[in-house]
Amino acid sequence: MTNERWIKAAPWLWSIGLFVVWEAAVHIFEFPVYILPAPSDIWGAIVKYWSPIWKNSLQTMFTTLLGFLLAVVGGLALGLAIGWSRAIYAGLYPLMIGFNSVPKVAVVPILVIWFGIGTVPAVITAFLIAFFPIVVNVATGLATIEPEMEDVLRALGAKKMDIMLKVGIPRSMPYFFGSLKVAITLAFVGSVISETVAANSGIGHMMLSAQSQFNVPLVWAGLFALAVLGIVMYAIMAWLEMRMTGWAHRSGNRP
Amino acid sequence: MTGFVELRDVRLTYGGKADGTLALDGLSMSVKKGEFAAVVGPSGCGKSTLMKLATGLINPQSGTVEVANKEVSGPVSIAGMAFQNPSMLPWRTTLENVMLPLEIVQPHRSRLKSEKKAYIEKAESLLELVGLKGFGDKFPWQLSGGMQQRANLCRALVHDPALLMLDEPFGALDAFTREELWQVMRDLHGEKQFTVVLVTHDLREAVYLADRVFVMSARPGKMINERHVEFARPRPIDLTYEAAFNDIVHELRGQIADARAAA
Repeated sequence: MTNERWIKAAPWLWSIGLFVVWEAAVHIFEFPVYILPAPSDIWGAIVKYWSPIWKNSLQTMFTTLLGFLLAVVGGLALGLAIGWSRAIYAGLYPLMIGFNSVPKVAVVPILVIWFGIGTVPAVITAFLIAFFPIVVNVATGLATIEPEMEDVLRALGAKKMDIMLKVGIPRSMPYFFGSLKVAITLAFVGSVISETVAANSGIGHMMLSAQSQFNVPLVWAGLFALAVLGIVMYAIMAWLEMRMTGWAHRSGNRP
Repeated sequence: MTGFVELRDVRLTYGGKADGTLALDGLSMSVKKGEFAAVVGPSGCGKSTLMKLATGLINPQSGTVEVANKEVSGPVSIAGMAFQNPSMLPWRTTLENVMLPLEIVQPHRSRLKSEKKAYIEKAESLLELVGLKGFGDKFPWQLSGGMQQRANLCRALVHDPALLMLDEPFGALDAFTREELWQVMRDLHGEKQFTVVLVTHDLREAVYLADRVFVMSARPGKMINERHVEFARPRPIDLTYEAAFNDIVHELRGQIADARAAA
């Protein structure tokens, strides 16, 4: 095999290698299943509990995506506002820093008081945790317009709106799409946290119930389901980013 | 008779009147219509500030700035600008970059949609004029630095400005490319007869291109000399190796050295 093909195969080889070592370690050291189940035990649990895992995965996916979409809309709007006006920036930035420094799990009890246990707190937690990186990135894109570019356009009589539409917003798009990768991962964290603390469904809730029944392989199966969901959502965002702002990822081998 | 670009006794302070930096003080200059003027001076003398004043991006604290016999109080849309940084937008093709001013300046802005074809032809003929024929659909990052700077000149000229303001446009280029672009600039000016104010620290560039070279003092900047350059046009590039040419460069160099020493 050429070097190139080794590199292509590497992700698969390493992943398979990890599971093989894991499986072997469990058998050699004879870990009890409630400490560390072998991958084969976890696979067994996935097959056995496929129906609840699938149902709860859909629920988690749904809350994550809904929270994420709200974060995209809210983050984009706020980011543009902050990038637009220095007064809005000066006023809102400290507030946002303060807000962002509150761990979002601490907000869940308040959300439960307001909305009760269930889907709504999970969606809102996902939103709260995901929107900050979007705001910061969009605002950064707007704030880093080259002054020469601005001068060239202003000297032509361009209004602020023109500069935003022609330069600022297209310019901030790579930042925006880049932040989506971070935001979707965070939204996922938010919804699972909330499900674990206060929900009747979702992977987080399923793992908590499995734990209380000492069904350790199912807890791990939940973890795997989360990993798969996370990777899929991240990959979709990465694809979207390349698709929308390919010009920012220029390299020699692009057609 | 007053000039096309007329600055009279201009004073400008950055960052507050009382404790700010005095950038320009008592600066006057007058550039005739169609003339190619170059401004040279020690670094930090406020050359770039001059650009912003003449295009109306900033207003002086005292003194007046007139362009085309009108006092400048806001951006003048009859000007085109080009800086050392070509600042092409990477998501637009070269042609789309060149056509950007047409999306901003009236009356082109409202005509652009209906007469798109004519405007594209115009932009393409400009690209051809600077030697970028066939590169319109390339993205800026696929072009070399010199080619980007050519496109930058096209962008500054696409809306037929009566005044072209250049701020060290060839400063970041290698010596050969620079000489090439001097000739491009010479030909553009020869053909279109717009007024040019070129801010530069390259004295050979100033003498080769300009009809008149203004020498600025160290900060706070004002004009301490102006030198007519009377070589016949169009000027061959070999001129820059002749004794008469070098005498003028030397003379200007001496003046700037004095200005620096006086600071």
